[in-house]
Amino acid sequence: MGCTRLAQEVRQDFPVLQRKVNNHPLVYFDNAATTQKPRQVIEALRHYYETYNANVHRGVHTLAAQATEAYEEAHKAVARFVNAPSWREIVFTRNATESLNLVAYAWGLRRLRPGDRVLTTLMEHHSNLVPWQQITRRVGAHLDFADITEDGRLDLDDLFGKLTEQTRVVTLTLASNVLGTVNPVKEIARKAHEVGAIVVVDAAQAAPHMPIDVQDLGVDFLAVSGHKMMGPTGIGFLWGREELLEDMDPFLYGGEMIHEVWPDRATWNELPWKFEAGTPNIAGGIGLQAAVAYLDRIGMDRVEACERELTAYALEKLLAFPGLTLYGPKDTRDRLGVLSFTLEGIHPHDIASILDLHGVAVRSGSHCAQPLMRRLGIEGTARISLYLYNTPEEVDRAVEALQKVREIFR
Amino acid sequence: MADFDIYVEHILDHYKNPRNRGTLENPDLTARDGNPLCGDEIRMDFKVKDGRIVDVKFSGHGCTISQASASILTEMIKGKPLDYVKQLKKDDLLEALGIPIGPTRLKCALLSLKVAKAAVYGLDKVRDEDLE
Ligand SMILES: Cc1ncc(COP(=O)(O)O)c(C=O)c1O
Repeated sequence: MGCTRLAQEVRQDFPVLQRKVNNHPLVYFDNAATTQKPRQVIEALRHYYETYNANVHRGVHTLAAQATEAYEEAHKAVARFVNAPSWREIVFTRNATESLNLVAYAWGLRRLRPGDRVLTTLMEHHSNLVPWQQITRRVGAHLDFADITEDGRLDLDDLFGKLTEQTRVVTLTLASNVLGTVNPVKEIARKAHEVGAIVVVDAAQAAPHMPIDVQDLGVDFLAVSGHKMMGPTGIGFLWGREELLEDMDPFLYGGEMIHEVWPDRATWNELPWKFEAGTPNIAGGIGLQAAVAYLDRIGMDRVEACERELTAYALEKLLAFPGLTLYGPKDTRDRLGVLSFTLEGIHPHDIASILDLHGVAVRSGSHCAQPLMRRLGIEGTARISLYLYNTPEEVDRAVEALQKVREIFR
Repeated sequence: MADFDIYVEHILDHYKNPRNRGTLENPDLTARDGNPLCGDEIRMDFKVKDGRIVDVKFSGHGCTISQASASILTEMIKGKPLDYVKQLKKDDLLEALGIPIGPTRLKCALLSLKVAKAAVYGLDKVRDEDLE
């Protein structure tokens, strides 16, 4: 089946894609912010709430047993999705932000010493920047930033130049939510491990769009948000190497995460529950499993290939558009369908507003990456971000709407 | 386009040909503020005589709505007593803009009023709820 056919078929599963916005059929191009949900995910949530809603780990009754099993199965499905050696290495969190904070607090705050260095990049989302900024300040460690190149890729010379014997953590995004760049994390991880640093990967933007294999990547932690990969909001996960997770103290304390409690001390539950304090987002986990099943059925290789085809088409159209500046790689090599741009003399908000009048949903602003905006010397961009259900016709509609933008500001 | 269009002629005119744009030397009152999320930024300078605004200029950058709103606001307040600015409410400015402002653009539209009030009250920042 061709990619366009695949997109047309997939679209049938997404009820929201049938709606109109401002009297135009919706073109949803804000997938980097969050993706739409297929019926299969919505149905999984409904089925859980209507037939076996119960708290997990705590009851002997039938519903509790079913909910517990489903919630564990969800961890197993996610583990297979990223090729984790053990499902006990999958910790469910609210989102990638919480996953990254978990590592920064439970590993960083305890392990970093004054004078240690943490190395990150100038293309990070605030969620992989601010936690490390705050933790390094608290412990008196340094935070170093690898620069980007003119074509919006990671400057590897700069990065490896800043990788020193003092570097204890290398933390970076697998794919940029502004530039679309996919970073060579495998190569970086190998070099980082040579100096004894651990490697933390923000895969919030990558996991929905390309196959992820944590063993092949050779990293130590990987953070993902469910809502960016067709799952519900409020559920995400952290994958971590078992020996590191075992060695770490918990992040949050309370119910579910304990083994035995005395008035003055406690012992911790086994992985992954040690890191899942309190009643978890059970429905969210079950919904995430349905999303993973949906993507698995299509195959992540296929998802990646079809998005590359559409990205090539969109790149060609945007690069030919008069007065448009595109930020990020101009070809599809090591790149996702996240297309940030500005139009000369027109504020990104105005672009997004006028596109919305034509039913085209795009994001504008700094995309939670203010240091990157400063580095690029701009206040913000408009951003088109694609997913599996988008089509070349929708790209054409966006380009037509961009022409309207130009007419208004002529 | 339909009647929900905010890119109407008078707004685009204020954006392309802003009134009272610039800065004042030795202003009696001045303030600046921004919306960090979208990058809108406005500064406003005032010359005041006997409690009246004898001159006002705005500078900065941002989207059409934020800049047109600043231009319109300066026209509204020039020559008026300072008390006039203190009493201005969010709805007064929205009415003067004369276009439907949805929740996503409200911050853009009201930035200029926040800056004007901050200047007049001698505050660092004015909160959204102070415009109600
Ligand atoms: C690269 C990247 N990292 C992290 C995040 C944070 O995701 P969440 O807000 O779901 O925690 C995002 C979402 O915008 C992102 O694009």
